[in-house]
Amino acid sequence: MAATQPLLNRRMITDWLGIAPFAIFSVMFLIAPTVYLISGAFVDPNGNLTLKNLVDLFQPSILAAYIISIKVSAASAIGGAIIGFALAAAISLGGLPSWLRSAVLTFCGVASNFAGVPLAFAFLATLGRLGLVTILLRDVFGFNLYGAGFNLLSFLGLTLTYMYFQIPLMVLIITPALDGLKREWSEAASVLGATPWQYWRMVVIPILWPSVFGTLLLLFANAFGAVATAVALTGSSLNIVPIVLFAQIRGDVLHNPNLGYAVAFGMVVITGISNFIYIWLRMRAERWQK
Amino acid sequence: MTAKKFWSWLAVAVAAVYFIVPLAATMEFSMRMRRGTYSFDAYRSVFSDQRFAETFSYSVVMALITIVVGALLIVPTAYWVRLRMPYLRPVVEFVTLLPLVVPAIVIVFGYLRLYNSSSVLPLTNSDTGTNILLVFGFMTMSLPYMYRAVDTAMRTIDVAVLTEAAESLGASWTTILFRCIFPNVLTGVLSGAFITFAIAVGEFTMPSLLNRPAFGPYLALIGANKAYEPPALAMIAFAMTWVSIILINITTRLQKGAAGAR
Repeated sequence: MAATQPLLNRRMITDWLGIAPFAIFSVMFLIAPTVYLISGAFVDPNGNLTLKNLVDLFQPSILAAYIISIKVSAASAIGGAIIGFALAAAISLGGLPSWLRSAVLTFCGVASNFAGVPLAFAFLATLGRLGLVTILLRDVFGFNLYGAGFNLLSFLGLTLTYMYFQIPLMVLIITPALDGLKREWSEAASVLGATPWQYWRMVVIPILWPSVFGTLLLLFANAFGAVATAVALTGSSLNIVPIVLFAQIRGDVLHNPNLGYAVAFGMVVITGISNFIYIWLRMRAERWQK
Repeated sequence: MTAKKFWSWLAVAVAAVYFIVPLAATMEFSMRMRRGTYSFDAYRSVFSDQRFAETFSYSVVMALITIVVGALLIVPTAYWVRLRMPYLRPVVEFVTLLPLVVPAIVIVFGYLRLYNSSSVLPLTNSDTGTNILLVFGFMTMSLPYMYRAVDTAMRTIDVAVLTEAAESLGASWTTILFRCIFPNVLTGVLSGAFITFAIAVGEFTMPSLLNRPAFGPYLALIGANKAYEPPALAMIAFAMTWVSIILINITTRLQKGAAGAR
């Protein structure tokens, strides 16, 4: 017994040495920076524990930024989820030719990655004041888009732009779940006399809701954390959380570093909760995809 | 049946309009530079700008370093966890998912506070230090994708048997890692590498806040100052995304082929 004890210890030491580089990397460049900001949100400039920073998040300008961020994220996630689901159902269950299915999936792979600054450029060229669609509507149909109150640098404009990567992401995630619906299930349902509507309501929706709802939350977090598109599209004219945080990091516009940490903390809370529920629902959904 | 087909075609058609119109509009806008006629002047202007080449090659080099360092960190870790510490798998998986939870802008905010000039490890004091910080930042952002790709590839091989076979033939740890494990998970590393490349080359937030001369901040600068070059750049970026997605599809197909042949 006394002889095996050191041997076991040496093995444990090599075990932990093997994982050490990864442990050091993740602590230094992922965990420590996050923990530092989060703890900074709970102290005042003199280092005393306080909840004042979190209370200050509810001052009108910051609260407004959170509200419009949540609105844009929710609208683009719900819109993206509905249209993406329709598109995924069309290519998965709609009996369309197989070349169209692979074309749509490849395009979705491209479009879901076509985000950031270039996406903002594309929408400025489309729906900006001199964009093609704006000009066509004016010259051909005599409809003045901007006169009618539309503005690309607004809730509606940002939502429309974000949907360009939200819809493809939904398609990419939900198509495998739709493909996982076994043909036997619909056959069994119709043999037992179910109408298509009953089949959807009592078989498909109970199986798919964790995937759909989970993906909706992922899309929400995805839009909430999108910085580059928002900055490139609106400069700093639209007051949304990523832009406020970006300006705060650039040059303490809130005049209180700890309030900046609190803004970052609020962002992590919102994306964190949505992503945790997404990962949990995804594990539930995978039971049906075996 | 026909009703179902009709609705399916309609859904695809509506989506096609939404997705193609911005691309067409961007293309059209990018060709408006010369008055009264369509031309590729904007593209010529983009490619003749020296900063385009400089920032783009800077971002490509940073992305390649990220891929090499990332693969050297992730492959041994995934291997080690599978072989010796399976009880740590949930913890490691949780850590690799964290970058999805913490947005990049928050992570880089933390870097600027932890590694600034008045800290214990003042990485932002020199260009080299900031570049190192940027590489680790890119690695963090690509961690969920890289780890998953490598771990999925490793699922198809039996690491324990491979290791025992190599050990009984007298192989050292480095031989086992680089001549047995790496070649077997190469497709996983490659598909992770393309995703890392796509993330790193276009990334705006991290290099912008770290003040590095990367492609993303250059794009934003052009967007603020020029009229016809931005849509041209958007078309170029779209083409580049398309190429990397095709490469990812090819490598995943190779991976599936390899798994099926087993």
